[in-house]
Amino acid sequence: MQYLGVELIKPKAAFFDFSCCEGCQLQIANNENKLLDFISLVEVVNFREILTERNNDYDIAFIEGSITRKDEIDRLKKIREKAKILVAFGTCASFGGINKLKNKFKDIEWVKKEVYGNCPIETNDKVMAVNEVVKVDFYIYGCPVNKSEVEAIVQSIALGREFRYLKHPVCFRCKEKQNICLYEMGKICMGPLTRAGCGARCPSNGNSCIGCRGPAEEPNIEFMKTIMIKNGFTERQIRDKFELFSAFKE
Amino acid sequence: MIFKTIDKKDFNKFLEILIENNSFFAPQKIAKDKNNKPIYDLRLVNDFKEIDFNYDILKYPPRRFFLPYREAISSFEIKNSSWQQNINYETKVPRILLGLHPCDINSLNKLDKVLMLGDYPSPYYTIRRKNTFIIGMDCDPKPFCFCRSVGTHTVQHGCDMFLIDIGDRYFIEIFSNVAFDFLKKVTTKDITKKDDDEYKRIRRLKAEKFTAKIDVTDLTKILDMEFQSDVWKEWGDKCLGCGSCARVCPTCYCYGIEEKIDLKFQQAEKLKILHACTLIDFAEVAGGFNFRPERHIRLKYRYYHKHRGFVEAYEESLCVGCGRCGEACLAGITVPEVISSIRE
Ligand code: SF4
Ligand code: SF4
Ligand code: SF4
Ligand code: SF4
Ligand code: SF4
Repeated sequence: MQYLGVELIKPKAAFFDFSCCEGCQLQIANNENKLLDFISLVEVVNFREILTERNNDYDIAFIEGSITRKDEIDRLKKIREKAKILVAFGTCASFGGINKLKNKFKDIEWVKKEVYGNCPIETNDKVMAVNEVVKVDFYIYGCPVNKSEVEAIVQSIALGREFRYLKHPVCFRCKEKQNICLYEMGKICMGPLTRAGCGARCPSNGNSCIGCRGPAEEPNIEFMKTIMIKNGFTERQIRDKFELFSAFKE
Repeated sequence: MIFKTIDKKDFNKFLEILIENNSFFAPQKIAKDKNNKPIYDLRLVNDFKEIDFNYDILKYPPRRFFLPYREAISSFEIKNSSWQQNINYETKVPRILLGLHPCDINSLNKLDKVLMLGDYPSPYYTIRRKNTFIIGMDCDPKPFCFCRSVGTHTVQHGCDMFLIDIGDRYFIEIFSNVAFDFLKKVTTKDITKKDDDEYKRIRRLKAEKFTAKIDVTDLTKILDMEFQSDVWKEWGDKCLGCGSCARVCPTCYCYGIEEKIDLKFQQAEKLKILHACTLIDFAEVAGGFNFRPERHIRLKYRYYHKHRGFVEAYEESLCVGCGRCGEACLAGITVPEVISSIRE
């Protein structure tokens, strides 16, 4: 395929799921009216949700999920060796995500028992983001990822041009949608600290932003905490919001 | 200017006529805040009964009707190595906006100077401005309103007609021929001595209601002198770099351009998106260099554009004193407080 006379790059892409809900892959798979266009941009050689054949010859590896087992570490390292570009696909891969809540508990045996009962389970004590195991070249944030952002990123790859993340917080898009700020409604919101790019999906539907895309660049965490306290939220409520995806440094 | 009065029931008739034939936006209750206080904004109405005349202020500025947050300024059809550009200036049916307060009407007058009357007029803005009929309305100053300090509390031009509630009727200031002709469809009355007195009384009352203010005396010079002041750093420590202030400001007009190509690489759009100078990526250029990486400096430049740069270029402030930025700012950064901290 060409664009303005320039041949597009058509890389071979493979999707791999690790510990996660596979919701990020689903965002691509269930985007029916655009799926064919999307897979014409890259040659998808491995994608469990849409392909039955598997092929281990790829340029870009999209890694979904966090790393919680020994075999996952080995598998991830092998993928890294093969891939020219390794992408952390979604918040679990980028930060550890919901799975990483496990790391907050002191007694890991209690956690295992609480979650898995008496079923035998092989799991590491600590959950890791992908970059704690291998080098990551590129991050796609979100729980789940935003389809149109993924499309724009893959398009940039095809064009061979740099993709520029939005660096500012969600509030900017929230106000564009002319929402009433949730703080005015007495709700807490992580929008002022969270990276934009989701179209302020949650506040636009009356729900607090819970920070799923991780921090915007240079977030003013310190003063935002003061603001949250001033608005009557408890330390506990604030911590819940900050810790949910393990994306914010305390 | 021509003054008339109109009975409220005749005014409703007038609205009925306008609503029937035009796309008509007027104040409506859009939500309630945590203290159960209603929040109002302009919405499309189909019947004058849908209009809420008890509105206090419009939550978001009417700027969006002229300068949308995001608009495609051109689109492209791409075939092989050639392309065809399509530009479509909006020529929709005329629009009517009811309920703009003096600050908002004056904000449009300021935007006119840049986007319609300046060296590089914007056809996108101009066509919407020319195609919009504006009915202004008088207001009750709120604790955050400081329009009087920047001279935008009265309307000299910029709307078609302006209404002042004097009990069972409105005092009308007629600014345009269109308004004059429209009003022929209903009964209006010439003003009497009584109306005149009532008008003056209401004006006096309003003037007494202002609580917030800024002192603009020699402000451009003081800002010049305080360019390196530590005060900016203090405000910068609070600023979240969220851009809410620019999003709710009726006069912010800075924008960025983005190009979007469809997945088939057959169609593209050039999007104009209003930006905000307090955002970290506002002054980032190709190659990644950022001219304004520091929060306090970005915040400072927002104030310098409103209260210094624009004043030097147009002999008036770009801030109309609506107070929206301070109300929207979670960090509590308000224009009166910032300006007085700089003057101290
Ligand atoms: S609702 Fe949340 S995202 Fe929206 S403006 Fe308020 S704090 Fe920001
Ligand atoms: S609003 Fe916040 S929580 Fe919701 S999708 Fe966006 S970043 Fe995630
Ligand atoms: S700023 Fe002035 S014009 Fe605007 S609503 Fe307040 S009092 Fe009215
Ligand atoms: S001044 Fe307030 S509204 Fe503006 S960017 Fe800073 S924190 Fe956000
Ligand atoms: S700077 Fe603030 S007070 Fe001034 S016009 Fe803009 S929003 Fe209103």
